[in-house]
Amino acid sequence: MIAHLSILQVIIPLIAAPLCLLLRKSELAWAFATLVAFITLAVSVALLSQVMLTGPVSSELGGWEAPWGIEYRVDMLNAPLLVLISAISAVALIAARTSIENEIPENRHTFFYIAWLLCMAGLLGITATGDAFNVFVFLEISSLATYTLIALGKDRRALWASFQYLVAGTIGATFILIGIGLMYVMTGTLNMADLAQRLPDVENTKTVFTAFAFMVVGLCMKLALFPLHLWLPNAYAFAPSIVTTFLAATATKVAVYVMIRFIFDVFGFEFSFTHFPLQEVLLTLGIACIFAASVVAIYQDNLKRMLAYSSVAQVGYIILGISFASQTGIMATLLHMLNHGLMKGALFMALAAVVYRVGIAKLSQMHGIASRMPFTMAAFLVGGLSLIGVPLTVGFISKWYLVSASLENGWWPVAAAILLGSLLSVVYIWRVIEVAYFKPVSESTPDVKEAPAALLIPMWILVLANLYFGIETSLTVGVSHMAAADLFGGLR
Amino acid sequence: MNSLSPELMLQLTMLVPVLAIAGILLTGRSENVREAVSVIVSLIVLALVIGLYNTFTAGIPVEVSWFEIMPGLSLSFRLEAMGMIFALVAGILWLVTIFYAIGYMRSHHEENQTRFYACFALAIGSVFGVAFASNLFTLFIFYEVLTLSTYPLVTHAGTAEAKKGGRTYLGILLGTSIAFFLFAILGTHFVAGTLEFTQGGVFPAGTSVAVGGALLVLFVFGVGKAAIMPFHRWLPAAMVAPTPVSALLHAVAVVKAGVFTLLKVGTFIFGLDFLNELPTTDALLYLAGASVIIASLIAMRQDNLKKRLAYSTVSQLSYITSGMLLATEAGITGGAMHIAMHAFGKITLFFCAGAILVTLHKTDVSQLRGIGWQMPVTMAAFLIGTLSIIGLPPTGGSWSKWFLLSGALDADQMFIMGVLMLSSLLNIAYLLPIPILAFFPPADAVARPSIKEAPLPSLLALSFTALMCLVLFVLPQPLYELAASITN
Repeated sequence: MIAHLSILQVIIPLIAAPLCLLLRKSELAWAFATLVAFITLAVSVALLSQVMLTGPVSSELGGWEAPWGIEYRVDMLNAPLLVLISAISAVALIAARTSIENEIPENRHTFFYIAWLLCMAGLLGITATGDAFNVFVFLEISSLATYTLIALGKDRRALWASFQYLVAGTIGATFILIGIGLMYVMTGTLNMADLAQRLPDVENTKTVFTAFAFMVVGLCMKLALFPLHLWLPNAYAFAPSIVTTFLAATATKVAVYVMIRFIFDVFGFEFSFTHFPLQEVLLTLGIACIFAASVVAIYQDNLKRMLAYSSVAQVGYIILGISFASQTGIMATLLHMLNHGLMKGALFMALAAVVYRVGIAKLSQMHGIASRMPFTMAAFLVGGLSLIGVPLTVGFISKWYLVSASLENGWWPVAAAILLGSLLSVVYIWRVIEVAYFKPVSESTPDVKEAPAALLIPMWILVLANLYFGIETSLTVGVSHMAAADLFGGLR
Repeated sequence: MNSLSPELMLQLTMLVPVLAIAGILLTGRSENVREAVSVIVSLIVLALVIGLYNTFTAGIPVEVSWFEIMPGLSLSFRLEAMGMIFALVAGILWLVTIFYAIGYMRSHHEENQTRFYACFALAIGSVFGVAFASNLFTLFIFYEVLTLSTYPLVTHAGTAEAKKGGRTYLGILLGTSIAFFLFAILGTHFVAGTLEFTQGGVFPAGTSVAVGGALLVLFVFGVGKAAIMPFHRWLPAAMVAPTPVSALLHAVAVVKAGVFTLLKVGTFIFGLDFLNELPTTDALLYLAGASVIIASLIAMRQDNLKKRLAYSTVSQLSYITSGMLLATEAGITGGAMHIAMHAFGKITLFFCAGAILVTLHKTDVSQLRGIGWQMPVTMAAFLIGTLSIIGLPPTGGSWSKWFLLSGALDADQMFIMGVLMLSSLLNIAYLLPIPILAFFPPADAVARPSIKEAPLPSLLALSFTALMCLVLFVLPQPLYELAASITN
């Protein structure tokens, strides 16, 4: 049973998606999808605890042994991410039924849940699989489902945003496929562990170099690293709010995970950082990403767009952690992946509540809105503090490790840059707080009530998670420490 | 109070004000009940602080640890002499200020009073957190809570000017604390491996003085609340706040949290010996000296009374910063004593400024000629406060200045000696004329107006603090003993 958990993790939502079609009725489909998400969550928690107890869990699809068959392999690196994806999905689905009432026409609700489950299956698949080609397959599943989800947005520009993402995503996926293809040409295998064994023999060939370059660029496209981020702000701004919540918390993290897996496990630390100027490239782009995106975020009126740019900036921090090429650096990256999922989940969920009541989350229409929606804006406040990195929230923990990692490398200016980046986030978060809390209610403020409990409860689950994991860090820090140690243990 | 354990008392000083917020919000509809809650809570807190003082003088160590976020990074508290001074000052003056605020806020017909009292309570709770923190991390958290909780107080008026002031306030305090202070904390943790306040400092022997010097610069600029130039702009900007806020927070709690942090860092993170070796200590000392003089010169040119007092505060804070940077025991003692002395003196002056505002609706120095005949008690208190700020007997301010001067002598810093002397002269030039001119006769042919004093609660408050300035001259012993025991 335990051995099959890693397959169940992916197969349950994958099979559940078409079943939704049979249910037809929107409420039934919602109940079913939510149930599935919670079962998936239970599976991922079971997997994580199993991995913590006994080490990696591996199973072969159809009984075909690796490297011939497809292997599903869950270890310290991807187990926490599986929990994050399924947890955010489950929590967001609680709110989804209410949130899409006003945003998606009734007759498309069933499609929405199908696309959601497919997207989730895709993301989980990418994370759980131990097979390089399988990564591509699930990447396509999740991407196609994501294009659908984005296109469901109320604003007609959602179609344009979805198309934009489709073009960018396809280019990224093609690059990844080319990379995988070239690796296969050189080694004759697609299993990641097997690739890791065989690549060193052929690593000084132009083909492997090219494969590596295609992989990294393709992944940077998917994870929206500056300057390949242009698809992201529109996609997040025009997608239905609850979709943005789910995607912002999970989608880019999965691409980061694949990048870490390939850089450290498949190609190996030696190859990635000595043959390539990867460190310089990622460091430069990471810092550019933090500053460019944060500055742009300051000038946004649409808050979903503002947080979208902030997400791009946070990708910068995550990439920065990789560029340190140290155990603490990777640990910081892993921590920030999880923590950023929690904070952006909470923030976008608060915006979903604003959109639900007001119709749009524009700062110019939110004067004094905190007096009308106190719980929603309090959630935004805590989420914002976490994003800034205030102590006792998860944001502080990731910033702490990021700065420690840069100090370990002796990179004082980089540490300063990280803190300056936090200052920029103070500016764009405080802009919202000032308008929502300290501006008097004006005529342009819509006359609205507090969001319904169906939105508030999942929102506050995420907010409390931000605080809980900011104080009780032994689980998150412990897991990412072990994962980072594993990655670097593989070196020796 | 004796039945409570000291550990519990220490935690209650922080928790009771926070709990009071709930009480204040719930009773917000009825002014009298709400203010009764504030008074009762501040009385309880004062009793707790005095209880802690008794424990402390009895030599019982008190330590509390809440939780550990990461290994070596915990939220914990310890009773210690410097923190005791700060807590006593804050505890006494909170009660006084609440009395003052009741008179002031009512006769000034301020709005949003419930939010005002709630934020005030939160600010005070975090002051105790700063005072009792046993490591830099804990101190930093409460330092930030203090900034955030005072922001609504600064922008209380809700006008465009108030918002602009609030933005400067938040921008500088939050900006410096994240860009420099947090950076310095992380750097310290990286170099020393601990953030615990330790007698003699935490840096291991052989730590590079270049790194230490850089960290010291980051600390001095990062603790924006100490208002060393060029990061002093927030303090005059914060003067848009209602006067009780300016009085307690921007003459006592917030600014003292800043210099208190610097004293703590100098004594317990660097240690005086290491501080002496650092290449940047002298440069910063000169900067602090320059701050003292320049701020005084700017103060002279301010006609708005609160602004003038604000710049005087900037100048006085740098006394304490230089006390730390002198890196001598007398300097630390003088700095710690000055926290208390300046608090009582400056709060008196602010109380008087507010009393003049609500009674006679005057805000500028040039309007104050002859008002002593209308408000004799207020202006007499102003005179005493002024003497204490200048550092003249028979007021407490003379003692702290004495120790700062002898600290400068010990360190052989003639520059700072000169600065302190010159500053006294400048203080005389820009503060003393105010109460003296107030007792000049009004212009000819104008009938002498009848006595019209401030509201009674406010009047009592400012008389008490003025009296304390005198008492501290006669009985400085308990304070001196606390201050002198810091370095032992």
